[in-house]
Amino acid sequence: MSKRKIPEINAGSMADIAFLLLVFFLVTTTIQSDAGLFQQLPQWVEDTEQDPKPKNERNVLQAIVTSSNQLILKMGNDGSQLNYEIDNLKERCIDFLTNNDRNQNWSEKMTKAVILIQNDNGTSYETYLRVMNQIQAAYNTIWEQASKEKHGISYEALNEDQKLEIREAFPKVVSEAEATKFGKDK
Amino acid sequence: MSKFKNKKKGKELPPISTASLPDIVFMLLCFFMVVTKMRDSDIKVRTKLPQISELRKIENKSLNSFIFIGPPSSQYQELMGTAPRIQLNDAFAKPTDIMQFASARRVEVPPAKHNEMTVSMKVDGEVKMGLVTDVKTELRKANMRRLLYIANKKSDK
Repeated sequence: MSKRKIPEINAGSMADIAFLLLVFFLVTTTIQSDAGLFQQLPQWVEDTEQDPKPKNERNVLQAIVTSSNQLILKMGNDGSQLNYEIDNLKERCIDFLTNNDRNQNWSEKMTKAVILIQNDNGTSYETYLRVMNQIQAAYNTIWEQASKEKHGISYEALNEDQKLEIREAFPKVVSEAEATKFGKDK
Repeated sequence: MSKFKNKKKGKELPPISTASLPDIVFMLLCFFMVVTKMRDSDIKVRTKLPQISELRKIENKSLNSFIFIGPPSSQYQELMGTAPRIQLNDAFAKPTDIMQFASARRVEVPPAKHNEMTVSMKVDGEVKMGLVTDVKTELRKANMRRLLYIANKKSDK
């Protein structure tokens, strides 16, 4: 019997096959974005006889988004500011919410402060979401600060009870007025 | 020194073995299979998501349901036009269908978890708020009030 050496199987093409599989998976799958901005909708009440002009006017920050995607900002008793830059809304919200009676025209204290949003049927979703995002960012910043002062750690690192405690001390009150119908809605 | 020298003189370096290359590629493949997810429903509307900074993860995926809103993607435009549409599960829908959609979801979820159910909306950035508000109103009526606006992460400036 002759001792013949079995030739080595060429594994060079194996890489090609695997690459092909890889490309296939890259094409057919998506990295799903599964994060977003949270909103708790208010309870549905039949008879919408709600417009109780909430509380004291100075405690309300109004953000109105028009059908041409512009922001009108009205802080407490100050006059309306037309065409306000959305990216600056976060700072203004923080100023307003943490005013604590310093400015007589703005909120008395955080537990009384309300943010009121109103959009138009013609507002684009992106603009609306940017405004909502800025407001959420303002609250997140305030909570983060409170957490650092009280517990010395980031808000995200707190347990649920501690988070709730902070959220109750600095409550988020955002209400949404019924949309105006100036713009085209489709 | 001569001990280590190759017996055959003048021979060049042996070819680099590519035998481990498939292993590397398979590892990549496995990585992608783990981090990505197969499309579970055929998305018939275009949803180019806006970018925002304050994101929150979906807490419990089994308690979550998706609503897509956007203009129909190109192969459906002939049939449905280009105006934004709502997609529930696999079909185009009207805002009034949401009530039924919600009650169908409610049956699938144990009653104890009903108040933890969330609705995630994937909405194209150019959609007008009129349609979104209609959907929100229907969701309020259906008592599905935990809402998540799905968006992409905006990198900090």
